[in-house]
Amino acid sequence: MNKLWLIIKREYLTRVRKKSFILATLLTPLGFGLIMFVSGYLASNSMTTQKRIAVVDQSGILDEADLSNKQFDFDISSLPLDQIDTAYSRLGYDLLLEVPPISDLSTTSHKVNFYSKEKLSLVALEQIERKMSNALKTYKISKSDINQETLDQLEMSVTLDNAVKSDKDGDKSNKISIGVASALSYLMGFLMYMVIFIYGSMVMRSVMEEKINRIVEVMISSVRPFQLMLGKVMGVGFVAITQLFIWIILLFGIMMIFGATMSPDPAMGAGIGDAGELISEMGSQSDIKDILAGIKSLNWLLILPSFVVFFFGGYFIYSSLFAAVGSAMGDDIGEGQQLMMPIFIPVIIAISLVLPVLNNPNGPLAVFGSMFPLFSPILMPARLPFDPPVWQVLLSIVILIASVIFMTWMAGRIYRVGILMYGKKVTFKEIGRWLFVKN
Amino acid sequence: MSILSLQNVVKNYHNHTAVDNVSFDVPKGSIFGLLGPNGAGKTSLIRIITTITMADSGKVLLDGKVINFNSPSQIGYMPEERGLYKKMKVGEQLLYLAQLKGMPNKEAKKKLHAWMDKFEILSWWDKKVEELSKGMQQKIQFIATVVHDPKLLILDEPFSGLDPINSNLIKDEIDQLNKNGTSIIFSTHRMEQVEEICENIILINNGKKVLEGNVSQIKINHKENLFHVAFDNSQLRVDSLAGFTILDSASDGLTVKLDHGMTSNHLLGSLIGKGAEIKSFNEILPSINDIFIKRVGKSEE
Repeated sequence: MNKLWLIIKREYLTRVRKKSFILATLLTPLGFGLIMFVSGYLASNSMTTQKRIAVVDQSGILDEADLSNKQFDFDISSLPLDQIDTAYSRLGYDLLLEVPPISDLSTTSHKVNFYSKEKLSLVALEQIERKMSNALKTYKISKSDINQETLDQLEMSVTLDNAVKSDKDGDKSNKISIGVASALSYLMGFLMYMVIFIYGSMVMRSVMEEKINRIVEVMISSVRPFQLMLGKVMGVGFVAITQLFIWIILLFGIMMIFGATMSPDPAMGAGIGDAGELISEMGSQSDIKDILAGIKSLNWLLILPSFVVFFFGGYFIYSSLFAAVGSAMGDDIGEGQQLMMPIFIPVIIAISLVLPVLNNPNGPLAVFGSMFPLFSPILMPARLPFDPPVWQVLLSIVILIASVIFMTWMAGRIYRVGILMYGKKVTFKEIGRWLFVKN
Repeated sequence: MSILSLQNVVKNYHNHTAVDNVSFDVPKGSIFGLLGPNGAGKTSLIRIITTITMADSGKVLLDGKVINFNSPSQIGYMPEERGLYKKMKVGEQLLYLAQLKGMPNKEAKKKLHAWMDKFEILSWWDKKVEELSKGMQQKIQFIATVVHDPKLLILDEPFSGLDPINSNLIKDEIDQLNKNGTSIIFSTHRMEQVEEICENIILINNGKKVLEGNVSQIKINHKENLFHVAFDNSQLRVDSLAGFTILDSASDGLTVKLDHGMTSNHLLGSLIGKGAEIKSFNEILPSINDIFIKRVGKSEE
């Protein structure tokens, strides 16, 4: 036990004191903050600079239409198309729109052409389309017997609200809290994925280094190979906790500063992916208060402790696998690449299952995926914010813990043979045999 | 009393037998040579003794007790393939290795200081291992092996890669440790070192014990009744001698093999009868190297 502690201490201290570790720990959140700041700045900037659009209106319906917009400045051109189609940019326009005449009022679609030197974003195109169709719709309404007022009264908006009385504040499953839950799912799943790859491969490299350096035989003449492996896995685990803890604190600090200097802007979240879209959508629909209520309504008493268990379970399973693979590798990483496939494949499958699981967090795929111990460290945390049945969480934890014990034992058996094996190209068959080799 | 006793030790690997029913005893306080060509099973044997692996059958006793996982703290092992953590500082590393052998921090520090002072390398304490030359690293390695005052020291090819000066330094330290009561197993395939250092040896080949015993006794047992006689009368030439086979004849001496039933007295008598004025007379004993080649060559036939 004392020896295990010594190993953990060494593995931890030698890493934490490295300059590269200190730099990575401090600079990563700063870099992340910087990217957020710059992208936020650019996004808000591109919002404020209007694009000027020249419109050649052959239909003659746009004169009365309300075309004012934050992003676009529509300008009905008096010049005919063949004069302006080459000259629009010289005249200071970014874009030229050509609205052909409408011959038949009963038509439900209409083609509007645009001319632009630069590629337009999907969002910009959609906005222009919406603007145009609104204008055409207004025109069609004015030409029909329906008046605008009647039409407005026909609008109907339904909000789905969960009426189940809960003991917590806020709604259990309104749109916002689902958004918050999804964001949290992504965050936890991604965090696991990151931890497995960053720190798992750290364990692997360290095992290889000891083997190549030939210190390993000196070491195992003092300690059991299993102690050495376990000490390494745990030492690097503490490194992971330290680094993640500092990252979270720094990121939180940066967010606070960031939040204080910039007003919340829905566009900020755009481009960070689906979760970002959700957040930005939420931002445009509601205010921070609702999000906070959504965060508050989550079952943190279940989520936090369970996540900690899955975090350590996942880390242990995968890093001991990485240790086993590292011990089987020679000095040639390229040659050992195929040995890493059995680790990569389940992680990648698990992370690609996150989205389907989110779509149906208590469906069969989610349930079975979150029981399988190589997937559960990623998939169960993803389910946690959606109130999975507690028995499923507990069962998954029991399976996970049993697998951790089994996998560590198995990895230890591979490791003890692998570290003393030199100059042989190792196959999976060979590794399988190692499991049953006597000590 | 023996510090180490192996009884019928067997170790099988996937497709070969690395140690095949080997028994031997290492007397307490002796320097013991474990000899054998590369791949003979020396390292497999040592790994069993150091509890890195376990024997499939047979018994290993260290100081009278069956070896267990606490035994390594009484053993100092310097493997043939040895290394250090390159990025770690010398002092930290030695302290770590000493603590893993069960030494308390303070005591380890004191002992390490004493050893490094002895080797005049105390100034390296805060240097990283990668900054040191290979020879320097070997010294660190040696200190790491002996710092916890092991009862039994196992050195696997300790002089490989050492220059003559460091080689002698380590040799002197080994002698010193042995005088202070440490038993030493010295594993090598370089025979000339064995004659210099070891009192007892075991020779293994293909996992089997080929030969065991006291070095001088083994030499006597393997003698081929060869004698060298030197004489003063330079004009005397002896080309043939009844009862003896002359292997080499020079103007000032002879190398002779006794035929069966003859003794050295017969040889001297017949030489004196020829009028030789004997200057010196000595028996030629085979070197361990010769015996090694003979025995290993034989067992491979």
